[in-house]
Amino acid sequence: MSLRRYALAALASAIFAGSAVAKDYELLNVSYDPTRELYQDYNAEFTNFWKQSHPGDNVKIQQSHGGSGKQARGVIDGLRADVVTLALAGDIDEIAKLNKGSLPENWQTRLPDSSTPYTSTIVFLVRKGNPKGIKDWGDLVKNDVSVITPNPKTSGGARWNFLAAYAYGLKANGGDETKAKAYVKELFKHVPVLDTGARGSTITFVNNGQGDVLLAWENEAFLALKEDGGADKFEIVVPSLSILAEPPVAVVDKNAEKKGNAEIAKAYLEHLYSPAGQEIAAKNFYRPRDKDVAAKYAKQFPKLDLVTIDKDFGGWKTAQPKFFNDGGVFDQIYQGQ
Amino acid sequence: MSRRISPVIPGFGLTLGYTLVYLSLIVLIPLAAMFVHAAQLTWDQFWAIITAPRVLAALQLSFGTAFVAAIINGVIGTVLAWVLVRYTFPGRKVIDAMIDLPFALPTAVAGIALTALYAPNGWIGQFATDLGFKIAYTPMGITLALTFVTLPFVVRTVQPVLADIPREVEEAAACLGAKPLQVFRYILVPALLPAWLTGFALAFARGVGEYGSVIFIAGNMPMKTEILPLLIMVKLDQYDYTGATAIGVMMLVVSFILLLIINLIQRRIETPS
Amino acid sequence: MSSSTVSAASAANAARRGSPGSRRTLIVLGWLFFIVFLLLPLLIVVSQGLKLGFGAFFDAILEPDALSALKLTIIAVVISVPLNLLFGVSAAWCVSKYSFRGKSILVTLIDLPFSVSPVIAGLVYVLMFGAQGFFGEWLQDHDIQIVFALPGIVLATIFVTVPFVARELIPLMQEQGTQEEEAARLLGANGWQMFWHVTVPNIKWGLIYGVVLCTARAMGEFGAVSVVSGHIRGVTNTLPLHVEILYNEYNHVAAFAVATLLLILALFILLLKQWSESRINRLRASAAEE
Repeated sequence: MSLRRYALAALASAIFAGSAVAKDYELLNVSYDPTRELYQDYNAEFTNFWKQSHPGDNVKIQQSHGGSGKQARGVIDGLRADVVTLALAGDIDEIAKLNKGSLPENWQTRLPDSSTPYTSTIVFLVRKGNPKGIKDWGDLVKNDVSVITPNPKTSGGARWNFLAAYAYGLKANGGDETKAKAYVKELFKHVPVLDTGARGSTITFVNNGQGDVLLAWENEAFLALKEDGGADKFEIVVPSLSILAEPPVAVVDKNAEKKGNAEIAKAYLEHLYSPAGQEIAAKNFYRPRDKDVAAKYAKQFPKLDLVTIDKDFGGWKTAQPKFFNDGGVFDQIYQGQ
Repeated sequence: MSRRISPVIPGFGLTLGYTLVYLSLIVLIPLAAMFVHAAQLTWDQFWAIITAPRVLAALQLSFGTAFVAAIINGVIGTVLAWVLVRYTFPGRKVIDAMIDLPFALPTAVAGIALTALYAPNGWIGQFATDLGFKIAYTPMGITLALTFVTLPFVVRTVQPVLADIPREVEEAAACLGAKPLQVFRYILVPALLPAWLTGFALAFARGVGEYGSVIFIAGNMPMKTEILPLLIMVKLDQYDYTGATAIGVMMLVVSFILLLIINLIQRRIETPS
Repeated sequence: MSSSTVSAASAANAARRGSPGSRRTLIVLGWLFFIVFLLLPLLIVVSQGLKLGFGAFFDAILEPDALSALKLTIIAVVISVPLNLLFGVSAAWCVSKYSFRGKSILVTLIDLPFSVSPVIAGLVYVLMFGAQGFFGEWLQDHDIQIVFALPGIVLATIFVTVPFVARELIPLMQEQGTQEEEAARLLGANGWQMFWHVTVPNIKWGLIYGVVLCTARAMGEFGAVSVVSGHIRGVTNTLPLHVEILYNEYNHVAAFAVATLLLILALFILLLKQWSESRINRLRASAAEE
């Protein structure tokens, strides 16, 4: 009798333990182009972290990378992302708006720092020795300077570039919008090639030898230096003023719930804010939010004045239509030429 | 002359039926979905989108470069098909085997490779730089990319027909005193023209819509080197599906009309009155 | 042998092959076109792929993600090419053996996928089967995924390669006319016998060309597949998409190595075609001798 009860209890606990322990997770993170190296490292870190508290679980994290807008469109059209980690808040806003019920409109309030666990900024990459003597935005419109930047219509990074230039135009002209527009118009006269993505521009600048200066994500510029022989050929110039690029992250609730990943997806993003997550971001040349980690890597990231999208441009909901949609400031630059 | 079924050859109903069903499922219904989507626009909105200056500039560029590339292919392709079929020479088999490779090469790779070749510091581009002009990032670069991507079309449509022309016909003509040019004009041209036109039309149509290989070499400057498919991408990135489908519909209609004209010309050649 | 027959024969030969001078010019021209427009770009790809030696080349193509991309590409080709072959034969048959109202329109519709931008070719399936598409809700309710999964990739591949076989066969079959088939029928062959014993031998080369082109293009398609793939590494990436991913990872050597692999695969198929061609020719020659 007692033996039988014991056996039953053992069986029950085995079943219970089994269901609590051996879970298989397949998490899909839909991200933009320059985060490949970051998430490669982070996924390994997170898998370890999760296994510490959930030994026996199998965690497989799948990655999808592409242009930020294109990736957002994929999720809108049914790509089953558990989490999105994109270049602009505007792209996640569109997911919330167009794919009804995928995530709430106020998604950005669910995690600290407006759901942006790491930041970056826009800097200049110039050829070794800086032959054209480029120090700041004003130098980009000098007569013989040619500038490489991707197309803001198709590249999220290029929109940050554009806004940084515009912010400089405003500051240099005491806030005069007309003069700021004139500055960016002049700047784009110095652009011979508009690639569709940030990496295309990097290739044009690095491999095909076009242009004197590349406007790039800070992390991309560091990466170009790290590439074979890059440090011998290029150097980074930090302008007096730039923009705080804030790439956001969010759980896509509808997909995560459907796949039973709600809990792990949330943990995945939260762990980005942990010291370990922040350290990985910093190692991949993203500016960490965490004060201690930021202090540790302070030497790596030069100090400069940074405008922000929310304070200076009224958020993406205002900036996107004003600057980049059809007929916006960017289109006006090329009209009537 | 209405529908005429050859009395002794069977299979008209079966083949036509299968052709139509397959074509509808794979091509026509999905394309109709695009038309339905674009139909959310009023006619005025549609017209405003497709007559915007940037769209018109891109239209001119896309169709212009595709046309020139198809002409270049018409010449190169015919020469290649001719030497491959008619002559034996060192390397013939190598060329013959490699003609189709542009199809197998992902278009993006083709674009990157061609840009490396024709960029101002590239293998060929540097000579152009010395002569004072640019190939990559100009319409010329786009044309070259399209020529590469569509190269197999003319060769592969002309080649089998040329190989199929019976030797006796030309020999007989020559024995009857026809000069080589006359043989060419009166025997070869009529036999080859339908296939040549097909190859030309296909190369042209494919060139108009090509995206992957062109965006790397084009430079993508608004009003100057911006192709139509890129404008579709731009619209999509603004979540403007209707705008994107409007340009898609316009491209499709223009290409359809051009292809139809070529196919009609072809039929007139085949059935001389 | 009189001198007049000799001169007639040489004239016949000249008509067919051209004078030695023009022949040489054309061959040189052919080589030149081939080198400039085809060989150089391909050389760039291969030289970049082998820049760091064969070790790096094999590392790139034997990596698990590359292998799963290869597998997906082969699956897509194996499904789409036979379907398009069947379509091509049937379409070429009804277009070239009969005349009917609307034939030009049908032929133009067959060509249409060539003129549809790859971007659009992918987009139409998203408009149909995507979450916001016409069948989106129904598919979601039944948990069926078409776009961003294998079915979407196969559909996009079929779409861009629909016309190849048909396009190769139509001019050939038109050129050949219907006499031989009619003769076979009058001699008592039934439909299938006529098709297998008269038509197929006649269109064999066009058929093989068509399949080869179709296969090459199906392997290399990038734009349309890119729209419907979702780019999930190791899951929905075909080889061309894997090339793009590697390229975007600054891994140029690996990107071009995988592109070289695609070229080698294509070349293998093309050589297979040539080998079968020469083998059949030899068989035919030996049969003629008996």
